[in-house]
Amino acid sequence: MKSLEELKAIRERNQGKVGVRSENETQTRVVVGMATCGIASGARPVLTALSDAVQKESLAEKISVTPTGCIGLCQYEPIVEVIEPGKEKVTYIKMDPEKAMEVFERHLKQGQAVAKYTLAAQQL
Amino acid sequence: MYRSHVLVCGGTGCTSSGSQKIRERLEEEIKRNGLENEVGVVKTGCFGLCALGPIMIVYPEGSFYAMVKEEDIPEIVSEHLLKGRVVKRLLYDETVKSNDEILPLQETQFYKKQHRVALRNCGVINPENIEEYIGTRGYEALGTVLTSKKPEEVIQIILDSGLRGRGGAGFPTGLKWKFAAANHADQKYVCCNADEGDPGAFMDRSVLEGDPHVVLEAMAIAGYAIGASQGYIYVRAEYPIAVERLNIAIDQAREYGLLGKNIFDSGFDFDIELRLGAGAFVCGEETALMTSIEGNRGEPRPRPPFPALKGLFQKPTILNNVETLANIPQIILNGADWFASMGTEKSKGTKVFALGGKVKNTGLVEIPMGTTLREIVEEIGGGIPNGKKFKAAQTGGPSGGCIPAEHFDVPIDYDNLIAIGSMMGSGGLIVMDEDTCMVDIAKFFLEFTVDESCGKCTPCRIGTRRMLEILEKITNGQGTMEDLDKLEDLAAHLKSNSLCALGQTAPNPVLSTLRYFKDEYIAHIVDKKCPAGVCKALLSYKIDADKCKGCTLCARTCPNDAISGSVREPHVINQDKCVKCGACMEKCRFGAIYKE
Repeated sequence: MKSLEELKAIRERNQGKVGVRSENETQTRVVVGMATCGIASGARPVLTALSDAVQKESLAEKISVTPTGCIGLCQYEPIVEVIEPGKEKVTYIKMDPEKAMEVFERHLKQGQAVAKYTLAAQQL
Repeated sequence: MYRSHVLVCGGTGCTSSGSQKIRERLEEEIKRNGLENEVGVVKTGCFGLCALGPIMIVYPEGSFYAMVKEEDIPEIVSEHLLKGRVVKRLLYDETVKSNDEILPLQETQFYKKQHRVALRNCGVINPENIEEYIGTRGYEALGTVLTSKKPEEVIQIILDSGLRGRGGAGFPTGLKWKFAAANHADQKYVCCNADEGDPGAFMDRSVLEGDPHVVLEAMAIAGYAIGASQGYIYVRAEYPIAVERLNIAIDQAREYGLLGKNIFDSGFDFDIELRLGAGAFVCGEETALMTSIEGNRGEPRPRPPFPALKGLFQKPTILNNVETLANIPQIILNGADWFASMGTEKSKGTKVFALGGKVKNTGLVEIPMGTTLREIVEEIGGGIPNGKKFKAAQTGGPSGGCIPAEHFDVPIDYDNLIAIGSMMGSGGLIVMDEDTCMVDIAKFFLEFTVDESCGKCTPCRIGTRRMLEILEKITNGQGTMEDLDKLEDLAAHLKSNSLCALGQTAPNPVLSTLRYFKDEYIAHIVDKKCPAGVCKALLSYKIDADKCKGCTLCARTCPNDAISGSVREPHVINQDKCVKCGACMEKCRFGAIYKE
């Protein structure tokens, strides 16, 4: 390697990956239901889509994507909860990888929750 | 990309507790559950909480699994990694709050007051993957320095930061570099002292095993600053994992053009080679180390001339400790002011301590200078186990002294420790409780020094041995009060006349225990008793006739037939035959045997 630019490229390629290994209270937590009902209805592709997106854009220090057990609303799986520090939890239901990407772009990156996919919208 | 990283500690401590097998089983189970594309297993360096190894952390949750056994792995994989249900009973118990919520690792007593600067990457990255090091801004400092700073500027930054040598002496690093830079020669050298001879110290080992690239990068920066093109890392052969990881790191750095010719197209050449030690504590001494690299028996040389003028192969050389070097890249990246904002007025930055002895949380801790001994022992260390009382903490290994309870609130820094009769040393911190005999401790360290003395100079070769003989007399119950005067005389002689710091500091454990625990010495000499109950020659094992049931178990256990008595009659120990092995006391089911 002969230049600082090349070093930077390698750093950016790996930053996302190593960034996953940190933990702090200011992180936004994205929790994906991965109990049996979740997995059966396709939660794993949702989890990997979100996790890959966060790492590719080097946002792992700000956003952590983790699986969790049974949330209790089995008929609405796959469920994704977004917990931002100091804000109320937003629960997205019946997710798939495409919807997850929309939530990533609009809610996680731009701070605007996608109301039509939330549990609150469903109950109306 | 993996959505989950499982970090398994691959440091020497956890490896010797079986972390290798755990890692292999983990990979097997992950494959069995079809998770190999989602979950990555990473072998890392030391997390620091060695008392709870083998250690495994699952990210991004930050779940800290402690004392992991191979048979726990299938459950962790199927419950946590597949279904996201953390296995609470296997977590480090301090991370599970009373209401069952999980406390982040950073909030636990052990980690709360720590500030990992030198240990930044240990336990986070895979030390055998240079790209992960680069991913945490590795080699960016070297790149910045080579492309946009002059050597004098680099030296000034290190001077301004206030960094002092972490090997024990605490000499200002920037000043050492400045001296070497000022001397002109056709070749100069950068050496790294990775000998780490102090018993109980493993700070440098953890950096070498967990983040070897930081040492390489720092040496290259130092080479640029002083005008050297060749570096040597002198690492003790008793650290095979460190040697292996260093070799891998050097090969990778060369492959990526970060070591070798014309680094970052700047015209600067720098390469590094390893030299293995062969088991001599004295080779951790600056000039003995260089003499050893030159192919001779490790013996120190008189100074002046100092190595900055005539060091390795008689050329200007700087020798820096591993931990000192581990701070360099971050000082360049974050600035001298950042480093100087931590610590005390004369001791800037942080220090890594290897916490051992009678304390709950043994392991590696990194704390800002100025943290008190009380905070280290009671908060970070979790206190003394078994309800025992703190007696003293020994810092600086065989060159250091002990800090008694009266100085529990001393803020730890280079100058404060010297003022109370100890020294920072390389970072070994051994906690002792009421069951430790201070005379025995002084004897232990002197046994070590006598063994390791190279023999070149008379004061050390003969003086340490004479001091040890006196201590042996005292612990055997044959000491006299004149012996204490002789000890102090010999100590003064060694301190002012030895050729190198091994001899000059060998009396320290004796002097400091005499200063704070003279009553123990007097008890050994006048009363012929060891108050802590350690020195075997001064102990008698006795049987309490009221408690003895005459079961004869002790008499049958005794290897020397020293116990006599008839069945159902109280037994008696013959003091002339007793070898004080303690086997009878262990066997007695009625607590009838005691030592005094």
